[in-house]
Amino acid sequence: MAWTWFHRCGSPPHFYRIAGKLVPWFGTLAALLCIGGLIGGLVLAPSDYLQGEGYRIIYVHVPAATLSMMAYAVMALAAATGLIWRMNVAYAVAASCAPIGASFTIIALVTGSLWGRPMWGTYWVWDPRLVTELLLLFLYLGYMGLRSAIEESGRADRASAILAIVGVVNLPIIHYSVDWWNSLHQGHTLLKLGAPSMPPSMYVPLIAMIFGFMLYFAAVLLVRARGEVLRRERTARWLLEVIGEG
Amino acid sequence: MLEWLSMGGNARFVWPSYGITVLLLWLNIRWARKAALAARTEARRRLAMQRSEP
Repeated sequence: MAWTWFHRCGSPPHFYRIAGKLVPWFGTLAALLCIGGLIGGLVLAPSDYLQGEGYRIIYVHVPAATLSMMAYAVMALAAATGLIWRMNVAYAVAASCAPIGASFTIIALVTGSLWGRPMWGTYWVWDPRLVTELLLLFLYLGYMGLRSAIEESGRADRASAILAIVGVVNLPIIHYSVDWWNSLHQGHTLLKLGAPSMPPSMYVPLIAMIFGFMLYFAAVLLVRARGEVLRRERTARWLLEVIGEG
Repeated sequence: MLEWLSMGGNARFVWPSYGITVLLLWLNIRWARKAALAARTEARRRLAMQRSEP
């Protein structure tokens, strides 16, 4: 049963139709969660006893940083699926992840930098967390650069898939960098063993924002992947059926 | 309201953070829709060419 579902998802017409149906749901839920999260984070949550109001950058910084890694994990997983099962749809998903993931990484770096200035007194330090996040941006850019440098689509898919898979090693390093090395960056806030180091009035909006960003990522990814599937399916007959739809 | 906007003196760090986030999220939606539309137009053109071939 699970394999039937998996192989159906690998069918371009099936993927195209299902993705088209999911996008409005994901988009609407993402907007609702982000609006709720922003009201909770910017208006209702109390000031931080140490950082005052400046900590409110957390409501965009942490979701963006989380999604920068999650988008990479999805990209690598899709690339590996494409390599193992020679699934064109999986390659299309992997290729679609990169620009969105790179955007999340830029947001995480810029908002982190803007948060660092009032808290640390500097926009940038060569801290393990910051450096590994910057490396993640270079991995995304490298992936996109490699894809565009190879003209033949099949070779571009395979070569970029290998780069994406190798780059996965950076994800646990980013996550655990604050535990493994002395870091100026604060430790885990939500995924802390025991309990989060925030009251619910602060972490509930943060969780809403993280889920909102996840759904936003899913919606934009599916829109991009649908376009990518259309671009790859040059002469398929099913295009005749779907091209006139919505 | 003004007090809230000033973010305890951190407005120049907080609001640009939200600004760049909204901007990039909006641009991603725009780019994704543009790419999907271009792929659709191209696919339609290809199919029309195929149909017109003898």
